[in-house]
Amino acid sequence: MDLTHTPEVTAFRAKARAWLRANVPDAPLPSLETAEGFAAHREWEARLAADRWSVVSWPEEYGGRGADIVKWLVFEEEYFAAGAPGRVSQNGINLLAPTLFDHASPEQRARVLPPMASGEVIWAQAWSEPESGSDLASLTSRAERTDGGWLLSGQKTWSSRAAFADRAFGIFRTDPEAAKPHQGLTYLMFGLRAPGVTVRPIGRLDGKPAFAELFLDRVFVPDEDVIGEPGQGWRIAMSTTGNERGLTLRSPGRFLAAADRLTRLWRERADPADTALRDRVADAVIGARAYELFTWTNASRFAAGQTIGAESSLNKVFWSEYDIALHESALDLLGADGELADGPWAEPWIFSLAGPVYAGTNEIQRDIIAERLLGLPKGRR
Amino acid sequence: MRFLPTDEQSDFTRTLRGLLAAAAVPAVVRSWSAGAYGPGRALWTRLADTGLFALAAPQEYEGLGALPVELALGFVELGRAAVPGPLAETVGAVVLLSELGDGALAKRFLPALLSGEALATVVLADGGPYAVDASATDHTFTVSATGELRLAAPGPVSELASLDPARHLSRPAPGGELLATGPRVTAAAAVALHWARLMTAAQSLGVGEALLARTVEYAKQRTQFGVPIGSFQAVKHRLADTLLALEFARPLVWAAALSLAPWEIAAAKVSAGEAGYRAALSALQLHGAVGYTEELDLSLWLRKARPLRDAWGSPSTCRAEVLTPALNRRTG
Repeated sequence: MDLTHTPEVTAFRAKARAWLRANVPDAPLPSLETAEGFAAHREWEARLAADRWSVVSWPEEYGGRGADIVKWLVFEEEYFAAGAPGRVSQNGINLLAPTLFDHASPEQRARVLPPMASGEVIWAQAWSEPESGSDLASLTSRAERTDGGWLLSGQKTWSSRAAFADRAFGIFRTDPEAAKPHQGLTYLMFGLRAPGVTVRPIGRLDGKPAFAELFLDRVFVPDEDVIGEPGQGWRIAMSTTGNERGLTLRSPGRFLAAADRLTRLWRERADPADTALRDRVADAVIGARAYELFTWTNASRFAAGQTIGAESSLNKVFWSEYDIALHESALDLLGADGELADGPWAEPWIFSLAGPVYAGTNEIQRDIIAERLLGLPKGRR
Repeated sequence: MRFLPTDEQSDFTRTLRGLLAAAAVPAVVRSWSAGAYGPGRALWTRLADTGLFALAAPQEYEGLGALPVELALGFVELGRAAVPGPLAETVGAVVLLSELGDGALAKRFLPALLSGEALATVVLADGGPYAVDASATDHTFTVSATGELRLAAPGPVSELASLDPARHLSRPAPGGELLATGPRVTAAAAVALHWARLMTAAQSLGVGEALLARTVEYAKQRTQFGVPIGSFQAVKHRLADTLLALEFARPLVWAAALSLAPWEIAAAKVSAGEAGYRAALSALQLHGAVGYTEELDLSLWLRKARPLRDAWGSPSTCRAEVLTPALNRRTG
């Protein structure tokens, strides 16, 4: 075991830190869940991309720096420590791009990845349906064969970023006769402003349109926008959900920075006699470090040629519950000011509350942990 | 950066695990609890033969280290097997004597401690008031708040029962031979305390792992309503949470062993101590009434988890340490 970084990684950190120091906006951008904020964040994506900092882990030919997982983690630490804006492009970069690298054709990668990296095309995820959440295999939206492509019909919901995004990706039933629910599904990409698409924004708890419902009425998708083979959508999608719960969706850098902010708030505002609150702040510091180290363990496994399977479910339950506890502690430190909707911890608290629900509910994650990591028998959910 | 054990480290762990699996440790624990220390001391010698205690001392004192990572890996195994005795205390005594920089003192005590011929326990000013297993050991060292290192006078000790019958508690008698004094003693005692705390954390992790493994096996076999109780979602989720806590405590223990930074050791202690104790509560709940009995071997781990959580730095003490001003660092 050895946690020291190589000189190359240290130099990469210094380079990232210098760039961020020179470029991170002085004032926070407006919320990316508003039209104004979305536009401002798109500009920030372009600025990142111009100096090849928007997708550091991608190969250079697509605008990245070919950074390995350690460098990516280091970049994320610096990014959040610098107080840089949230990433409006994260659905595309973290969820669609890994799928494209694994399953798409060279033509698709060349066409889709560069505008994703630059923020020119912002992607939304279109997976859940009104009757199909945790039991994703039960989805009923369909794609029917037509000349040169497919016609999408049905309804998607809880589509993050879709209120303002350009395009979406999801899985659709292409073979209703398939023997099992997870067979006969196809993974494809479509335009949110294509004929036949109706986007109805949904206000989340604080009213901001953080997600949307999509109504699809015979929306044409050309064959070139199908990822992988038709009928293989489930297998392809599962390689993406692993990413979502696992290493890439919530980087440790985010929580290390949040724990630092919480510690500063505690030093400024706390009643020294309130040891109960002090203990919770300490737990936030410990939790951020634990999450960082757990991630490094997984990174070491990757580097050693091993794969991460159901361990990503441990990751997801941990960060989602940690995130809520950390933000609750901040609100408690703020006392009466915690109620102010424009306060610096208000929107992050609202955002944290969704963690145990999305990306596969924590109940489902605990089932996966129990069955696949502990070997307990399957039972009725 | 590499956060997986080396082949050598894994081999050492396997050796210890094999030795302990063959040693019928539950019977050793029950003897130890009854004050019959013979089987425990025999096991102790075999553990020392693997080099376990020598990992705590530098080579100049006939040690193999100091190698805190390897030692912590070993202590996870000791916890997993529920090995009784003044384990963290021995490490504390060895580190204390090594750190003093007094060659004569080190030569007087260390060789026998490292080889397992002698057992020691230690009471440090900030480490809790009780000596663990003084009745079983050859030496009891004490360090006072004013920096006096003493060897307690030999003689019978008056014992206080612990919640874990395998831990024999006593208050060290005042006086005894003065071995050293001054700021260097205080400094050495601080290092010793952190090593003892780290080893207690590692032991807690092992105790938690054993409790989880036993409970998972039980949940697969025990049936109610015609199915294994492990197929019920409420049971699954409780076990998933137990695993989660242990798996996130584990890297904290390794990082603490790598850096030996007091705040990291404190973070490891809080997490591993709580994870071990929570594992005990889950084990008890899921075993039902049979888990609430002394005769089931599960009790050997169940009763250890809480004392280990609180020994060598309670969760509250350790949380305060995590937030010491030195905290605000980010590694470069």
